[in-house]
Amino acid sequence: MIKKFDKKDEESGSGSNPFQHLEKSAVLQEARIFNETPINPRRCLHILTKIIYLLNQGEHFGTTEATEAFFAMTRLFQSNDQTLRRMCYLTIKEMANISEDVIIVTSSLTKDMTGKEDVYRGPAIRALCRITDTTMLQAIERYMKQAIVDKVPSVSSSALVSSLHMVKMSFDVVKRWVNEAQEAASSDNIMVQYHALGLLYHLRKNDRLAVTKMLNKFTKSGLKSPFAYCMMIRIASKLLEETEGGHDSPLFDFIESCLRNKHEMVVYEAASAIVHMPNCTARELAPAVSVLQLFCSSPKAALRYAAVRTLNKVAMKHPSAVTACNLDLENLITDSNRSIATLAITTLLKTGSESSVDRLMKQISSFVSEISDEFKVVVVQAISALCQKYPRKHSVMMNFLSNMLRDDGGFEYKRAIVDCIISIIEENPESKETGLAHLCEFIEDCEHTVLATKILHLLGKEGPRTPTPSKYIRFIFNRVVLESEAVRAAAVSALAKFGAQNDDLLPSVLVLMKRCMMDSDDEVRDRATFYMNVLQQKQKALNAAYIFNGLSVSVPGLEKSLHQYTLEPSEKPFDMKTVPLATAPITEQKTEIAPVATSKLPEKVAPSRQDIYQEQLAAIPEFQGLGLLFKSSEPVQLTEAETEYVVRCIKHTFANRMIFQFDCTNTLNDQLLQRVLVQMEPSEAYEVLHYVPAPSLPYSQPGSCYSLVRLPEDDPTAVSCTFSCTMKYLVRDCDPNTGEPDDDGYDDEYVLEDLEVTVADHIQKVLKPNFGAAWEEIGDENEKEETFALATVRTLDEAVNNIISFLGMQPCERSDKVPENKNSHVLFLAGVFRGGHDVLVRSRLALADGVTMQVTVRSTDENVVDVILASVG
Amino acid sequence: MTAQSCPRQHCATTMDSAALEPSLYTVKAVFILDNDGNRLLSKYYDPELYPSMKEQKNFEKNVFNKTHKADNEIAFLEGMTIVYKSSIDLFFYVVGSAQENELMLMAVLNCLFESLSQMLRKNVEKRTLLDNMDGVFLVVDEIIDGGVILESDPQQVIEKVNYRADDSPLSEQSVAQVLQSAKEQIKWSILK
Repeated sequence: MIKKFDKKDEESGSGSNPFQHLEKSAVLQEARIFNETPINPRRCLHILTKIIYLLNQGEHFGTTEATEAFFAMTRLFQSNDQTLRRMCYLTIKEMANISEDVIIVTSSLTKDMTGKEDVYRGPAIRALCRITDTTMLQAIERYMKQAIVDKVPSVSSSALVSSLHMVKMSFDVVKRWVNEAQEAASSDNIMVQYHALGLLYHLRKNDRLAVTKMLNKFTKSGLKSPFAYCMMIRIASKLLEETEGGHDSPLFDFIESCLRNKHEMVVYEAASAIVHMPNCTARELAPAVSVLQLFCSSPKAALRYAAVRTLNKVAMKHPSAVTACNLDLENLITDSNRSIATLAITTLLKTGSESSVDRLMKQISSFVSEISDEFKVVVVQAISALCQKYPRKHSVMMNFLSNMLRDDGGFEYKRAIVDCIISIIEENPESKETGLAHLCEFIEDCEHTVLATKILHLLGKEGPRTPTPSKYIRFIFNRVVLESEAVRAAAVSALAKFGAQNDDLLPSVLVLMKRCMMDSDDEVRDRATFYMNVLQQKQKALNAAYIFNGLSVSVPGLEKSLHQYTLEPSEKPFDMKTVPLATAPITEQKTEIAPVATSKLPEKVAPSRQDIYQEQLAAIPEFQGLGLLFKSSEPVQLTEAETEYVVRCIKHTFANRMIFQFDCTNTLNDQLLQRVLVQMEPSEAYEVLHYVPAPSLPYSQPGSCYSLVRLPEDDPTAVSCTFSCTMKYLVRDCDPNTGEPDDDGYDDEYVLEDLEVTVADHIQKVLKPNFGAAWEEIGDENEKEETFALATVRTLDEAVNNIISFLGMQPCERSDKVPENKNSHVLFLAGVFRGGHDVLVRSRLALADGVTMQVTVRSTDENVVDVILASVG
Repeated sequence: MTAQSCPRQHCATTMDSAALEPSLYTVKAVFILDNDGNRLLSKYYDPELYPSMKEQKNFEKNVFNKTHKADNEIAFLEGMTIVYKSSIDLFFYVVGSAQENELMLMAVLNCLFESLSQMLRKNVEKRTLLDNMDGVFLVVDEIIDGGVILESDPQQVIEKVNYRADDSPLSEQSVAQVLQSAKEQIKWSILK
């Protein structure tokens, strides 16, 4: 049947594939013999194989030719050759999406699925379900039900699995087969058990009670299939997570009992489930860790890999729990499977002592070039964590990282290294120069624009403040000469920062800038011209405002405001203060290494949380004309957890109003709440202007009501206030099952916890990358200074954290980190006060018995300075 | 929240994160390549994973390049757990998600390999495989259905497929026939 190839072909290597040079048109031509009588099974079989092979290779079949071949194939049902028939089923499945009118084989398949030949029945069911849609499903429903409970395992399994595939398409029909699936679950065949369990779970997964019952039943009856056990462990751990069940629950006992199962697969699944549970104690982890430890010495690579991967996971949260396995892990660091070795080493780096770091790093560098990028990223992350744990090791790490940076590798990998170096620089000032030098070298030959611009930005920020800033200029200017537009623009910005900070470099920077003004790209030219003009003024305040500390507004907000401005032309110039500030200023969240699995997704610029609130509030008619939303607080809980009603409040601050948004959830399934509002009694001169009630609050569907409050206008320093809150509503009792409410209702109320408005609600965080420049820019016109003694505070760290959370301002220059073993510290805070006034706070802290604090406040508005000082005192 | 806290968060997000949603859909893809990395058979069960043929072939190339030198049994690439096995000039791969139980994937791989090995009478090499390609398609179809493990016992798979490799001159069938005809001949020779 298959042409034998001559020797020549065999030797040329590729010739040994009889399907190598198949031509689609030739094969389709051959398919004409399907119509010959009598049917020649062997030849037809070979042609069908060729067709499936071509489809599998990605050959494109047009609808007409596919349909033609498909119809010819249907004739082959007349033959009784088993293999040929089975290949017909495969062809049907493969062509289901490309040929038209595939449903014509329905009756042949139905005949086979109910026929006497058991060999045909299972595969026929699977082929039939592949071409069946919801309307046709009703017609074969009776057969499906019978097939599910058929005593032949392959028939039952096929029916169950096909039903599972169809759940997505026709949930309502398949749901009716639940009793049959239930019966199948008690089958003796292990695969039937497994498939029945899977189908039952998919049909019931939205009904937690039913899932719990099912699980109870199966854990008692004891299934035989290890696959089914794995499935049950997953269901159990999901239930535990959802119900936040304690670890004394029978579900946890079940999972733990699986650690003693005779199948390694089940034991591993159970161990992994325990490790992944949130808030597991070391004691609960211990049995899981010890089975994983046993697996570490298994001869099977997959099992060793699974074990060490899971131990690595444990080491992130509970390094001490894994220390017992250190010896076993040591044996794995020379494993021939480099993935296992890498995971073992990175785990040891987390659990081991400082003294073992050098040895492990040496080991890993011996094969780092052999492992895949994913694992290289794991290594970099381990190093990054290590640097935080043992800051003294940074020189070893830096060396290692710079070597890795020189190796080949993809973007994710390089980004991880760059992020890691940057974080080391930030943590350890003494490593700054070496780190910057490595990064400079890296951008000399870096194909990733994102990384190059990021490094240039960092150089602009840190470079001018090093002892010899001039050495960076060459690296930066090289970028201007050699790179793409985005990188050139970033390089220009970096250059400007050198010129602004270092007077002796200014003339040379201006010369370079002039050259950049001839650039072929608009953006680069614009930037160069702009910086050139600013720099030539030689004014510190201008430099601070336009070079060091850029815009602090939210970009989508700016876009919207500008668009609005162009729609309504006016005489007044555009006012930057009308633009919402960027919330959570430049947290560099985007530099976070995304989970590797999802790294293919493009990053989107999502509108900030505050932009969303602004839209939502603007949609409520009562809140028109309030102007710009200045700040939205984090939600504050006003009820205890697990009470009848759950209420949390978000405080929205506007220029002279505040809106309190109460997100309420009714957790009683026998009540419907209507006209819900939260009545507020202020302690100060605040005035509640308006309530917007939530019309209806059914069981477990959150709803929001609002209160609009006027801030006291005559006293600008009255920034804090306490509100006592009461929730008022109309209750209508209802049937817990149907949710049908009674006709009558009654008024009721529920006392909530007090709500505090503090100075932090009036200040928006703003990051000033160069605090000193910003400090000079504002000037000492409105400066005030006071000294306080913080008697209750014991450490500088505690004092710093208290001040930051109390004022709600952004710490700058990394001054929120107090170096170890110091007894004095300076904290720099920046923010914008409601109304758009910049405010900066410098706070010198000294540790004696308590902490003494000298606070200096500067702002563009005098009142603001008073407010801050008054609130601190 | 400032930039410096980021590196700590990375650790939690790599390789795996959330627990698995309980599901029978275990296998993301299975493929068989020859020793040049060419595809002989491949099935992708998750339509979101490499939807185009180009992406699939790229993935296979990448996997092949990273695995064909050392017989390491398991690898982690492009966010996917891959278990594999080689035999003479063939490479067998089973792919699952990063969180998947590696041993379940191994069970699938072992079943695939054992079934083919039995069907091809231990001649698991490219030429024999291609000569019996119809049987290979059927074996894969019996082991995995749309990503669900349908059967993991090679004996069962062989029984269900009921396929006779016909290229080998000494099949069981022919041995029996030879014996039968020998018996007949002896019988006749005695009767004479």
